[in-house]
Amino acid sequence: MAVVADWFRWLYEATGFNFTIFYDPYDARQMLGGFLMTVQLSVISILLSLVIGILGAWLQGSNLRLVRGLVGGFITVFRNTPPLVQIFFFYFGIGTLLPGTENQWGMRQPMLSNVQWAIISLSLFAGAFNVEIFRSGIEAVPRTTVEAAEALGYTRLGTYRHVVLPLALRVCLPALNNNLVNLLKTTTLAYAIAVPEMLYVAKQIWGSSQNVLEMMLFLLFAYVGLVGILVFIMHRWERAMRIPGYGR
Amino acid sequence: MAPAEQPAWTPDQPIVRLRDVRKSFGSLEVLKGITMDVAKGEAICIIGPSGSGKSTLIRCINALVAIDEGSILVEGQEVNDPKLDKLALRRKVGMVFQQYNLFPHKTALQNVMMAPVHVLKQDRREVEDRARALMRKVRLEGKEDAYPGELSGGQQQRVAIARSLAMRPDIMLFDEVTAALDPETVKEVLQTIRQLVEDGLTCLIVTHEMGFAREVADHVYFTDRGVIVEHGPPRDILSNPREERTKAFLEQVL
Repeated sequence: MAVVADWFRWLYEATGFNFTIFYDPYDARQMLGGFLMTVQLSVISILLSLVIGILGAWLQGSNLRLVRGLVGGFITVFRNTPPLVQIFFFYFGIGTLLPGTENQWGMRQPMLSNVQWAIISLSLFAGAFNVEIFRSGIEAVPRTTVEAAEALGYTRLGTYRHVVLPLALRVCLPALNNNLVNLLKTTTLAYAIAVPEMLYVAKQIWGSSQNVLEMMLFLLFAYVGLVGILVFIMHRWERAMRIPGYGR
Repeated sequence: MAPAEQPAWTPDQPIVRLRDVRKSFGSLEVLKGITMDVAKGEAICIIGPSGSGKSTLIRCINALVAIDEGSILVEGQEVNDPKLDKLALRRKVGMVFQQYNLFPHKTALQNVMMAPVHVLKQDRREVEDRARALMRKVRLEGKEDAYPGELSGGQQQRVAIARSLAMRPDIMLFDEVTAALDPETVKEVLQTIRQLVEDGLTCLIVTHEMGFAREVADHVYFTDRGVIVEHGPPRDILSNPREERTKAFLEQVL
């Protein structure tokens, strides 16, 4: 580690490129925190958005018109509005309506933190798209295959879980992949409600060290890396789900 | 309707009993009053031109298609009843489809095991033993780990039969199960069904295979345009039909 730090310090002195996060312990700690926050936002939002997608697609097939209408309304609201507006709506709009408690300094302690609001809002945003993605997969499952499950005595939920969903997932993985990549990148919007994720931390650092270009370069590489890992995982999953003699 | 006490069904009564069954899809009346009785252990073949309502008829029996009018009793239980426990009915009535409709993401053995494990909540190991035995019964030993996409049409259809049998149904419905197969593979599937009939399983078979119907059926029904034109033992219907429509149909297919 010391070698790396020394090299970046030398780089700064020799060329003026100032990557403080690689030699300054305080900046390094800050950026590590920001990186972990971005990972945390991404992982939790991805998982929640998948749950929302699966649940929403299931409810969309409901016999009750009211339920279908509610799912449709949810999709319309979250797909047709900008994610930044959604985050503000939740954090400033709903967040202030919820009851808070007083903390030890007599300040108002909101029920949900900005991090929690960011996760909720990002999950709903990506979840709305996931519902549509899963629906496209479900529609690709042949009616006759579903009928075979029904004829064997499967309930609607059993058919969904054991037959429709596994097949639908295979169809919609590429589209899902795209949406999850988008979600990971959209976590930067949490910046707007002061969630200390990578972009927020980078801005704080360049505020004191005047190294905007360096921090932006770091961010670009960090996101290429993170998205690269996500895409790698999704491709592994796609390959693992391939069925011999089915599809390609 | 008051929850009328249905008299308990005994095996000497018809296991499937249809009375004046009517069904329309939109303005098209597909079944125009079908009445038939099937005794336990009997093999019934339903023949007739395409679009005569044969498939719809047997789909009504396991409630895949809801009928408009009439009565269907399966082991004394009314199928045309909004309070019907469809799932319980379908556990008693197995069905095999023209297009096999196997679950493509599961191996042949898993296809056979799924419903008993998921629907009947039976013990996985015990089900597996039974599923392997069924795979042998349909002569597909060694294909347990193949996916449906890796099997021929005839093999897939035999897996589909094994999948239905794994639920230990009292009645089996076969919906033109050889219509999508090559002539060579038709035989192996028919052989499997013949074996089931010989075992005494009640079978309702919609088919275009007249030779097969003649051989295995206890009773043949000829349907055309939503009505049963005539029915009787296979030698009467297939060799000496009385109705003009039956004669015309048989001349065309034989």
